[in-house]
Amino acid sequence: MEMDAGLWALEERKDSITVKGKHKKQLKCDTDSVAGCVSQRACVYCGARVVLNPITDAVHLVHGPIGCASYTWDIRGSLSSGSELYRNSFSTDLQEEDVIFGGEKKLARAINDLVEKCNPKLVFVYSTCIVGVIGDDLEAVCKAAAKKHDIEVIPVQSSGFIGNKAAGYRAACDALTRLIAPQKSVKMFRNRSINYLGDFNLAGEAWIIKNYIKQMGIDINVTFTGDSNYEALKKAPQASLNIIQCAGSMSYLAQKMQEQYEIPYIRVSFLGIEDTSESLRRIAEAFNDKEITRRTEKLIKNEIEKVRPTIEGYREKLSGSKAAVYVGGGFKAISLIKQFREIGIEVVMIGTQTGRQDEYDTINTLVDDGTVVLDDANPTELERFMVQKGANLLVGGVKERPLAYKLGVAFVDHNHDRKHPLSGFTGAVNFAREVYSTVCSPVWKFVQQGRQSL
Amino acid sequence: MKRDKANYRNVNENPCNMCMPMGGILPFKGVEQSMVILHGSQGCATYMRRHIAEHFNEPIDVASSALNEKGTVYGGEKNRKQGLDNLIKLYSPGIIGILTTCLAETIGEDIGRITSDYRNEHELHRLPIITVPTPGYGGSHTEGYWLAAKQIVSGLARQTPRHSKINIIVPHISPADIREIKRILDRMDIDFTLFPDFSDTLDRPFSKTYKKIPNGGTRIADIAAMPGAAATVQIGITIDDDLSPGRFLEREFGVPLYNVPIPTGLENMDLFMNVLTEITGSCMPLSLEQERGRLLDCMIDSHKYNFEGRSVIFGEPELVYAVAKTCMENGIFPVVAATGSKNAKLAELLTAEIDKYERQVVLLMDSDFDQIRQNSTSAGANIAIGHSDGRYLTEREGIPLVRLGFPIHDRVGGQRVLSVGYLGTTMLLDRVTNTLLENKYKNYRSSMYEQFYHNGHENNISGKILLSGTEG
Ligand code: SF4
Ligand code: SF4
Repeated sequence: MEMDAGLWALEERKDSITVKGKHKKQLKCDTDSVAGCVSQRACVYCGARVVLNPITDAVHLVHGPIGCASYTWDIRGSLSSGSELYRNSFSTDLQEEDVIFGGEKKLARAINDLVEKCNPKLVFVYSTCIVGVIGDDLEAVCKAAAKKHDIEVIPVQSSGFIGNKAAGYRAACDALTRLIAPQKSVKMFRNRSINYLGDFNLAGEAWIIKNYIKQMGIDINVTFTGDSNYEALKKAPQASLNIIQCAGSMSYLAQKMQEQYEIPYIRVSFLGIEDTSESLRRIAEAFNDKEITRRTEKLIKNEIEKVRPTIEGYREKLSGSKAAVYVGGGFKAISLIKQFREIGIEVVMIGTQTGRQDEYDTINTLVDDGTVVLDDANPTELERFMVQKGANLLVGGVKERPLAYKLGVAFVDHNHDRKHPLSGFTGAVNFAREVYSTVCSPVWKFVQQGRQSL
Repeated sequence: MKRDKANYRNVNENPCNMCMPMGGILPFKGVEQSMVILHGSQGCATYMRRHIAEHFNEPIDVASSALNEKGTVYGGEKNRKQGLDNLIKLYSPGIIGILTTCLAETIGEDIGRITSDYRNEHELHRLPIITVPTPGYGGSHTEGYWLAAKQIVSGLARQTPRHSKINIIVPHISPADIREIKRILDRMDIDFTLFPDFSDTLDRPFSKTYKKIPNGGTRIADIAAMPGAAATVQIGITIDDDLSPGRFLEREFGVPLYNVPIPTGLENMDLFMNVLTEITGSCMPLSLEQERGRLLDCMIDSHKYNFEGRSVIFGEPELVYAVAKTCMENGIFPVVAATGSKNAKLAELLTAEIDKYERQVVLLMDSDFDQIRQNSTSAGANIAIGHSDGRYLTEREGIPLVRLGFPIHDRVGGQRVLSVGYLGTTMLLDRVTNTLLENKYKNYRSSMYEQFYHNGHENNISGKILLSGTEG
């Protein structure tokens, strides 16, 4: 098939699309979305909310008009072992008069009401686009409220137009940095536990990893932020190591914690057998303890023995399929390439909403020649490249699913709403099964027949 | 009659409504070859697209002018012009809708002017561009829907010689509902223009080739000719006159307007049929007579089971009215009826109906799920009817939910839910009755055991339990 990558695309978009082995240019990423383009990107507020929402006993209050809160009510599959408070969507529901006269008073009253009703130790106040414009002083309102109720009220500067989802991650990390800072009077003792950054406990994923780490003889101090709570997060500075999974959202926090508390960090990934095993080994290495190493090797051996036959079975069925990938961050994209390789699938198109330059470089070294790599794609581009490259599977979020189905292509959900874990060895099996369930479904046979007879 | 009108609160806890531009997208999806661009931040468009796509299981392409910091400070004109350029290049639409979001309205964008400048510069006199000011804080998705519908009609309508068609204007109902209404009109040999018709565009059949803008939708020429129609039948008794496309056609062009409720429920559907026969002179065909007879049969078959139902109904005003009435007809007495919209007419209309049955119903306008939940438990509701967010009532209070309306995002088939006409009402009623039965069977062994064996006669059968039919 003729490769016309980008020839038909909009001029403004051409630098954000490359073909491995064909183009030498560096991919343009981390820029503003092009107007009129039907970008698949979410906003700053969305990024911040994703990161902070799993904190279970906090009040998450959206300061803005109703829509922003309405579209984000309990849509994520983060699980909790304790409080369920985080699953509510609170909004100041700004009205026209608030927009004209300012929303500070309403916000203060909203916090009062919520403190009385829910009795939280922690309140996050998210700013949305118009709050940035009408100029409400979030900082001041939060400070006054904190003082009045003697709890923590932390503003999250997530006005949507100051960047994209990645800026939201940063806003969330700023809020977290504030939250974990110990008061002067409190003395922190370092222990041998680790903090686990960048797992939101979707379908219990953080619990799976916690179990592995425990079997290795190490304790998880706190997870950022899956199934975490106020007390646990406050103890974050005690850990002796940070492991970070979702680098896009958490690198910034890890760096801050290294500066402020001298906690070193390593990057890990628990997606796929290969990454999971390697990550567990690297954690063990960091502790340099014979017993830990022995336990780790035993764990890896046992787990792999358990899942390998199943995964091999799927691999046989799936070998030779071609996947297109369009996900939020670069970390996920990189892991997916490896995971697909484990089950014999080649990635022919790959893109992200908010990947960074270094992540795209890694992607480029991992994929085969001819693979299309693109940043902040729109539906037109996704459609063209999927068809052109003969992909029979798309990995993406909710918005991409119907597009895949209309094209008669299999689909794997890789969003925050998933109901089955994709992490660790268990997750690797789930992933293979999900791919199998969609790629090898009998329905495609009829779809193809339909196409021929039409 | 309890009423909660002065419903001011500082916090909205678990919203029951979405925002204005989201509702405004939908009527545009019911016009042939149309595309929408939201003037504001990128994020809003993404959220709304996801919300709509999840319900309809269709790709929902909506562009955004992607206002950033610069645009916000110096005005968003450049973004919107570039946005329009790109939209036209990528989609070559036959009509464009421009909806504003909170941000564009707050920074005071004059979209009317920017649009006419754009049109002149590009000599785009033949491409209709319809602008709709829809700040999210200006109303709920319901008001957004009607305002967009009205702007489309007022933007496209042209003085037209009288013709024999009638206009049918539909509210936010499912594609399956729209198809059913068209089937009924066809059965009656009525010539009509139905607007907005998203029955194909938001529920397209699988086909050989993928089109970015799906086939279907009301033809632009047909909308333009609406002023020549013999009458308008508008399914929308709760809408404000300012937002009413039917009222516009009446005022500007003298097209007689008949406002009717959603034809769900026997009386509502009878009313719809009466209006149609009155306007067109055609009579009810035998096949529909029979469908009506089957609905009556269904109502009789289920009446005793239904009597145990105490319903909580929520969603868009128009739907709440039609469903509440259907419930009342069948003895599934509503105990709570709620909407997230600020709607003056709904409470009035419902009160009139409720008074006929001498019942107590808590009416919640401009409400949220926290209120709905509290009132449902205190009133002993045992069945909920409304969109997917009502799953909160199931999870927290064990009240089973019959999914109806928008959005249905935790089950498949939101676009295929049929509940209008005699046939659709029958199907809805069966779903409601079966949900009541399922819940009854699920609990009755353990609940009888608890009541009569375990607790002996301490927990005597109270009147409340018998009446409400609530289980243990
Ligand atoms: S309420 Fe306003 S800002 Fe929020 S999503 Fe809706 S249009 Fe956007
Ligand atoms: S207004 Fe801003 S914060 Fe709210 S959804 Fe839109 S882009 Fe996001």
